[in-house]
Amino acid sequence: MHIHKYEKIWLIFGISALVIFLVILGFGAFWQGTHPQSHGVTIDPENIEAHEAFQEDNLGLTKVGDDKYIVNIIASAFNYNLGTDEDGTPVKHIRIPKGATVLFQVTTPDVVHGFNVAGTNVNMMVEPGYISSLETELNKPGEYTIVCNEYCGVGHHMMYATLEVYE
Amino acid sequence: MGIAKLEDAKSSQSLPITKPESRLYMSFIHVAFISLLIGGLMGLLQTLVRSGKFELPWGIDYYQILTVHGVILGLVLTTYFIIGFHFALMGKTVGISEKQRKVTWLAFWVMVVGTIMTATTILLGEASVLYTFYAPLRAHPAFYIGLALVIIGSWVAGFVNWRQLYVWKKQNPGVKSPLAAFMVTINTLLWFIASLGVAAAVLIQFIPWSLGYAETINVLVSRTLFWYFGHPLVYFWLLPAYMAWYLVIPKIIGGKIFSDSLARMSFVLFLFFSIPVGFHHQLTEPGVDPTWKFIQVVLTFMVVIPSLMTAFSLFATFEITGRKKGYGGLFGWFKHLPWKDVRFLAPFIGMLAFIPGGAGGIINASHQMNAVVHNTIWVTGHFHLTVATTVILTFFGITYWLVPHLTGRKLTPQLNKLGIVQAIIWTVGMTIMSGAMHIVGLFGAPRRSSYSEYGGTEQASEWIGYQLAQAVGGTILFIGILLMIYIFVKLTFFAPKGEEEFPIAEEEEDAEPTPAFFENWKLWIAITIALILFAYTIPFVDIIQNSPPGSKPFDFPIGR
Repeated sequence: MHIHKYEKIWLIFGISALVIFLVILGFGAFWQGTHPQSHGVTIDPENIEAHEAFQEDNLGLTKVGDDKYIVNIIASAFNYNLGTDEDGTPVKHIRIPKGATVLFQVTTPDVVHGFNVAGTNVNMMVEPGYISSLETELNKPGEYTIVCNEYCGVGHHMMYATLEVYE
Repeated sequence: MGIAKLEDAKSSQSLPITKPESRLYMSFIHVAFISLLIGGLMGLLQTLVRSGKFELPWGIDYYQILTVHGVILGLVLTTYFIIGFHFALMGKTVGISEKQRKVTWLAFWVMVVGTIMTATTILLGEASVLYTFYAPLRAHPAFYIGLALVIIGSWVAGFVNWRQLYVWKKQNPGVKSPLAAFMVTINTLLWFIASLGVAAAVLIQFIPWSLGYAETINVLVSRTLFWYFGHPLVYFWLLPAYMAWYLVIPKIIGGKIFSDSLARMSFVLFLFFSIPVGFHHQLTEPGVDPTWKFIQVVLTFMVVIPSLMTAFSLFATFEITGRKKGYGGLFGWFKHLPWKDVRFLAPFIGMLAFIPGGAGGIINASHQMNAVVHNTIWVTGHFHLTVATTVILTFFGITYWLVPHLTGRKLTPQLNKLGIVQAIIWTVGMTIMSGAMHIVGLFGAPRRSSYSEYGGTEQASEWIGYQLAQAVGGTILFIGILLMIYIFVKLTFFAPKGEEEFPIAEEEEDAEPTPAFFENWKLWIAITIALILFAYTIPFVDIIQNSPPGSKPFDFPIGR
């Protein structure tokens, strides 16, 4: 097959750039551990309370160590369950100090949802039967909107919470 | 490789298209333009709702019109237009028999019945599940059955295309198949192999489950089968545009095909690397192994190679043609391209849109970077550049000559001028709408969501300005759609009678011969299947072996 000389140069340049790009992606993923979330941890969607993390008392924000937090969330149509406060009202706003390490664990008893701390890389699909989890460091102070970004039904756009990173 | 050279078949490149054939091809194109009008109106309504200044009347739900928009533009318009265009190319280059024509009518009607079934369920509010119909949201069974019929009908149409080429090759032993027929065969193969996945999901999983025969559904398996189909789907849209770029555009600008074998090579590479890549739509899912995600990411990026080949070929054709015509200087050839010919201008804008479109695609598929944009409205902005600009403007470019050619009319200078206005309106509207979507997507604004203030957070209030911009862009685009419908109706029913050229470029007289191995279909199919098996076998077995309990159907979230 005949290939024009200039086209050869063009393809060699393009393919080399592509190889470098993929090596960088691979380096990030396998050596620096920046894979997207994929733990494959399963759960019975009809009995999520059987898992300790999703029992009513353990929902929402828990401090587990110096600058270490866990946030357990049940996503269901059309609500994020972050537990309740002392008065028994549902928590819709959580506060985390800047620089803390936070592990988000989310599951759903019903349909597919999204979990995105808007404007950050905390962006996960939440699917019945699986626990979605992602550990991150929150370094930029401010108020973030947690939005469901996968269609889950007529009330999809009313499914949100807020997260504040304070200094 | 076997270096036996094939003869050229110049004589058969241009067969006449008879009246009954025209009627058949035009039937597909009619459905496409009706879909454009309905789907476009839904798009307009969506942008208006999201601006926060408008509410849908009569209790119509946002997600119902979003489902209509996605299904009718993403699945109906594209599939019908592409099949019509495929058949026109085949009819022109290898011919169609009466029997093949009859079978194609059968395919058309099966698809129409399926489309009507699906459309009815959506309009009755029984299927507001969006065009991805993710389980365990359950639509009315007729929604899935209708979809299955559309797919089956499209298969029958594809089988006819294969038969057309087969019969032609029997009659022309040892002759190289026409480039157009080669490309159509690649695209129908791609479509068939890819849609096996979604057909399996619909027939084996969704239909029994929606009817109540199966109690639960394996959600991750259904999603994996969907995206096994969902990514090649976008290449099924794109390749007909590439056909126009490789075959039609050179003729319109008065040039020749740059390289027949390179064009074939790029199509073969698209066949290889568009299917074993669906995981890059599932990068943020919990249940898929990250190593296999990465492997499919690498395979995804292989399509960069045929894309680079295509970009080179196109601009080489432009330059060679210009220089042959005697336009000197560094960019003389570029200045003298037929900018006032809408058959060239509209697809050319499409090519330009593919530069940011392709770059955005690279970001989306980039394993880690995907988390920044996944399910944000950036993605919506992305495919409004690729499919709704690159592909659709090229389809409009095809319409300007194909429709009058089939209806025995002429593209008049006035209609040509209107077409240019249309292309400009589209470009302006899409730049505003898609631009706003891209920017606000980076801030985290979600896609597929009705208007919401998200409890009045500062972040969400920043998004609303961009949603207003989307409404402005959407309104401009809808004007573009109305204008396009007007041009289509004119070309179909009212333009003056005459003969419009069916432009298919030829090779240079002294072109390098195309190697014979391109006709080795068994080889191409075998490599395609081997790549699919490599990319999917282990992770798919893993998904099934480590499955959680299945999901019962959910009707209440979609208001059933």
